[in-house]
Amino acid sequence: MGCIENLKYEMILPLGASFRECREYVEKNFAEVWYVDPGSKIFDEYIIGLPPIALGLDGGKIVFPYTKPCHGTYLLRIEDADEADRVRKTARNKK
Amino acid sequence: MTSEEPAQHDIKNAILLLGCPEVPVQMAIALYMAHNLQKRGTEVLATGNPSVLNLLKVSDPEKHYIPKMMVLEKCIEEVVGKKRDCDLCVVFAHNDAAIQYAATMSYLLPKSRLVVIVFGRTPEVLEETITFPCEKIVDKAVHNPMQLKMKINEVFGWAVSRT
Repeated sequence: MGCIENLKYEMILPLGASFRECREYVEKNFAEVWYVDPGSKIFDEYIIGLPPIALGLDGGKIVFPYTKPCHGTYLLRIEDADEADRVRKTARNKK
Repeated sequence: MTSEEPAQHDIKNAILLLGCPEVPVQMAIALYMAHNLQKRGTEVLATGNPSVLNLLKVSDPEKHYIPKMMVLEKCIEEVVGKKRDCDLCVVFAHNDAAIQYAATMSYLLPKSRLVVIVFGRTPEVLEETITFPCEKIVDKAVHNPMQLKMKINEVFGWAVSRT
């Protein structure tokens, strides 16, 4: 998974979840939801998917969809306070 | 006009965005489309993950059909950075991930003609998930590319070949 593979991540949904299921999970389970468009970067990786793409924040933890051609979409959680703050400054809080 | 000299069309450049290579028809159709686009004057770039690019390199060692290839992440980077665009973007989709790549290209290249080729064992299920503007070519094709080839010929106005 590129450089994200080198980070300490948790997989929130089992492999095989669709992109739509990942978005619905984020919107239902996180009080703080932010939206970005495809081509935005998280952890220096381009985010892929139907816009708007939902990101969940929980303090310094970011939950986001990460899509690869053969593996599908992973819903990942990574703790990084600086990146979480960057999302708060650059993403939008409405669809 | 002979079959060797097809009419030139107004597609100057095209991106063929290939998905996971596990469904056999993808490689055949990608080479077929690259061949037909190139002989009509289109510059073709194929993009995908390293596995799919290696399949293309082995299938087309002298790069007759696909002279230009690029790893998907690099292609996305260039499109995001507005260093690359295209008149035509064709996305090969047999899973949800590829549909998301198509949605991404729809967003990043709003002026390009976007064609999504939906194939595999359950293309009708995937087709229903497409909610962004594009042309769709849908066929339940896994091993046999012939029906899908005919549908592509119809959409692009290519002469039907019996071979």
